[in-house]
Amino acid sequence: MKLLTFSGRTAKEILRDPLNLAFGLGFPVILLLLLSAIQANIPVSLFEIANLTPGITVFGLSFMTLFSASLIAKDRESALLQRLYTTPLTALDFILGYILPILPIALAQCVICYLVAIILGLEVTVTIVFAVLFILPVALFYISLGLLCGSVMGVKQVGGICGALLTNLSAWLSGIWFDLELVGGAFQTVANLLPFVHAVELERAVLDGRFSDIGVHLAWVLGYAAVTTAIAVLFFLRQMKRQ
Amino acid sequence: MAAIKTQALTKRYQELVAVDALDLTVETGELFALLGVNGAGKTTTVKMLSCLTRPDSGNAWLDGKSIVTEPAEVKALIGVSPQETAVAPNLSVRENLALMCGVHGLNKELTAQKIAELTKRFALSAILGKKASKLSGGWQRRLSIAMALVSEPKILFLDEPTLGLDVLARSELWDTVRALKGKTTVVLTTHYMEEAEALSDRVGIMKDGRLLFVGTPAEIKEKAGKERFEDAFVAIVKGETK
Repeated sequence: MKLLTFSGRTAKEILRDPLNLAFGLGFPVILLLLLSAIQANIPVSLFEIANLTPGITVFGLSFMTLFSASLIAKDRESALLQRLYTTPLTALDFILGYILPILPIALAQCVICYLVAIILGLEVTVTIVFAVLFILPVALFYISLGLLCGSVMGVKQVGGICGALLTNLSAWLSGIWFDLELVGGAFQTVANLLPFVHAVELERAVLDGRFSDIGVHLAWVLGYAAVTTAIAVLFFLRQMKRQ
Repeated sequence: MAAIKTQALTKRYQELVAVDALDLTVETGELFALLGVNGAGKTTTVKMLSCLTRPDSGNAWLDGKSIVTEPAEVKALIGVSPQETAVAPNLSVRENLALMCGVHGLNKELTAQKIAELTKRFALSAILGKKASKLSGGWQRRLSIAMALVSEPKILFLDEPTLGLDVLARSELWDTVRALKGKTTVVLTTHYMEEAEALSDRVGIMKDGRLLFVGTPAEIKEKAGKERFEDAFVAIVKGETK
């Protein structure tokens, strides 16, 4: 009951912010439409709808980091968390209450992207359902990253780090906009050590039905999700203690 | 039994002793004000008593429960309205009250009852559906205090409740606080002398983490040999008493 109440509040705060809706749901759709229009005029295999959509669904999740980090940073700065720390809510209630309600929002964002992609010509197959489900571990990574950033940064820093830096990193190092092999070298090595490209390749493999390719990318994503969540919990508890 | 009893309660931040061996007793139903200049240790004291900060040494008992060994029991007894406005901005006034009911484990029926009761008590009916972020500072503070009362606390902490409010909003909030007298033990921290004098049964004056004097506003004036409460406060803080 307590967790449900707190989770409901998290969802309402996020969904009632028009900027969140514009960026979280509108921006990925606009990107899909824009890049599909480019693809129609100048065909690039990377921007074919079956290649592009998994990338956009992963890129869209970087906004989930921004949502969760902004909310937690605002709560800390406004003293709302201080008030709630004096209630019977436990540390677990807070952590789950910030993470769980954003998962369905991430799923909804992914579903909307696939619906738009179908309108744009993506073939309807059962793998779309699998691709939506496999977005969950990726979403957990991005949301936990938000919990981590919101626990250690102020509202302004969150805007800069999550709003600008992370969305750019998530775009450049993921192989959505350009083939990483074209750059090669250290750039590609670093990209392969980070989760973004693996998240995109995981989604591409699932959508494409290449199930033998899923394991390695899923392992990277799950590993990053687990480590990020663990660090986020530690930092959240640390700031809770400092309050 | 005293509502609050502290024994050598101490908090340090590195070299700074924020609260230094505080011994204090607040009686049940009393409205007690902690008065002091910036950095006197008022907010740190409230944070320790409301289990937000652990003391480095000493202890305090709220209704007989220790803040060190029984924080969960203490949390069930208290309500806190922090210094900054602590409301959920994108939630309506009704939803903010419902949030506090939910986190205190009240069911739907009790939540509806509690919202109706607090709406009447704090005259919130006209703004129930309004987003908290759209309210004026005075209404946000009023909502903040109403939220602190959701759990029917035995002890209520109000940290600088009228900071930054205009004269009218402050006067309205004073009426709200006065209405709590006798039913709830209230610990109020404030910078405003007239607020402490007008509202409090007793006042504790703090400086550099230490409690300099505790008494009724009349006793404080008598102790300092001053007619005005503000002059008496300054004299006590400067050590210029009889």
